[in-house]
Amino acid sequence: MSEQGEEMRTLEEQQEMEDKVISPEKAEEAKLKARYPHLGAKPGGSDFLRKRLQKGPKYFDSGDYNMAKAKMKNKQLPSAPTEKTEITGDHIPTPQDLPQRKTSIVASKLAV
Amino acid sequence: MAGKRKLSERPGGGSSDVQWCFSQVKGAMDDDVAEADIISTVEFNHTGELLATGDKGGRVVIFQQEPESKNQPQCRGEYNVYSTFQSHEPEFDYLKSLEIEEKINKIRWLPQKNAAQFLLSTNDKTIKLWKISERDKRPEGYNLKEEDGRYRDPNSVTTLRVPVLRPMDLMVEASPRRVFANAHTYHINSISVNSDHETYLSADDLRINLWHLEITDRSFNIVDIKPANMEELTEVITAAEFHPDQCNTFVYSSSKGTIRLCDMRASALCDQHAKMFEEPEDPNNRSFFSEIISSISDVKFSHSGRYMMTRDYLSVKIWDLNMETRPVETYQVHEYLRSKLCSLYENDCIFDKFECCWNGNDSVVMTGSYNNFFRMFDRDYRQDVTFEASRENSKPRSVLKPRKISTGGKRKKDEISVDSLDFNKKILHTAWHPLDNIIAVATTNNLYIFQDKLN
Repeated sequence: MSEQGEEMRTLEEQQEMEDKVISPEKAEEAKLKARYPHLGAKPGGSDFLRKRLQKGPKYFDSGDYNMAKAKMKNKQLPSAPTEKTEITGDHIPTPQDLPQRKTSIVASKLAV
Repeated sequence: MAGKRKLSERPGGGSSDVQWCFSQVKGAMDDDVAEADIISTVEFNHTGELLATGDKGGRVVIFQQEPESKNQPQCRGEYNVYSTFQSHEPEFDYLKSLEIEEKINKIRWLPQKNAAQFLLSTNDKTIKLWKISERDKRPEGYNLKEEDGRYRDPNSVTTLRVPVLRPMDLMVEASPRRVFANAHTYHINSISVNSDHETYLSADDLRINLWHLEITDRSFNIVDIKPANMEELTEVITAAEFHPDQCNTFVYSSSKGTIRLCDMRASALCDQHAKMFEEPEDPNNRSFFSEIISSISDVKFSHSGRYMMTRDYLSVKIWDLNMETRPVETYQVHEYLRSKLCSLYENDCIFDKFECCWNGNDSVVMTGSYNNFFRMFDRDYRQDVTFEASRENSKPRSVLKPRKISTGGKRKKDEISVDSLDFNKKILHTAWHPLDNIIAVATTNNLYIFQDKLN
């Protein structure tokens, strides 16, 4: 009985080894498990999906977000000098007198 | 449709009859790519005259094909910039303390009904209907205003002057006509215009909503797969599309590799599918990666409406809507990556969402890969070909040379080994002109246009 049991076990091991040879996917899985032994067995599990549902960094509040955005903008765009408007306190400006609001958005490079 | 070329008899990818040639490339040449310039969607309109792109910076650029010149009747017109506008801006979700990206996830054109063009563009949370219209005349000679807009001194107005319309340089204006907001808790991955031309659907990870194009303050929820307990979440919606002519039918794909076809006549909430398409899996072949690589990243109906195509990580499958048990055709896009899954998981490439598209007569399908390669599969002639979108092959009208990847030990001349593939150069978005052999292929920040050679 125990001999049979041992035989069956070696057959299983043989199957596993064959699997690794036949299936590159299983070989890759073995590699991954070797590198990350704590990896859960179910990759499609709810933790995994829930992380997928929430993408992007979480900010503490809107102030935190705006600060982060400002830092990014400073890195990307060189600061444009502010236009000196001709309008002083002498007369009431009309809409035509005011300078067009300059958009700070850069045009797409595809549209060049 | 005078002047429009009919799709040639054998448009295929691999047959020697068709030679694909470089036509144009748009975008900057420098290697330093700003994140905002990453192209996130490409879409031809229904005539193929207009080609729209969306990027991570929330901008839309529309190209228009020049009419064929009389001097060179055999040469197709080039695509030049027609209009560009900022569609979406970044927002902050105050309740969740998360940023809402301005990245344009999808653009879908509405069929043209009048002189103006309309398209839907969406980011993760908000869909917008844009009207693109031409202005080539302007009124001149107002009675009360000068030409620069300043009002004339009323005392100087002694006669009545009626403005007349005079021609002016063509101006193309884009204006947002509708904003469809606040209907999605999760991230929108798809929009699809119904064949009734009145409604459209928007799909996020867990829900699908049905909108009327005229009504922005409400939408109907038609699919909801959110479990009562989020711990039980096992799959998400990855793509959705309306049937091209049956206005009651739509499909949605999942992260588990299934496609559900729903009939809106059956019930208001289509949680019960009418058909479910799933290829049975060999349980012996199951591995840690099986579910991840089976996740469907794109689903597209054929123009005929008889078939649909799905793209998962390694393959493209064609399904007959009449057969749910298995696809009728399967094409391997880059099977050699199966032995690289471990590193592709580590660098997150295994989660890349590739799109796919049909040619005008449904005989050839196309999808992207890595190293700026893209693949075409000719269904009739059972041939496939790999091309590369690169600046090296960008001499005008130069014929594209098929690329080969060497998988075995011996690498032939001109072959590229799997280990030298650049996984940062991915072609996720491709589009095929609906009536002609013109394709638009987006690399990270460049748009390539290729055409078949006309003799």
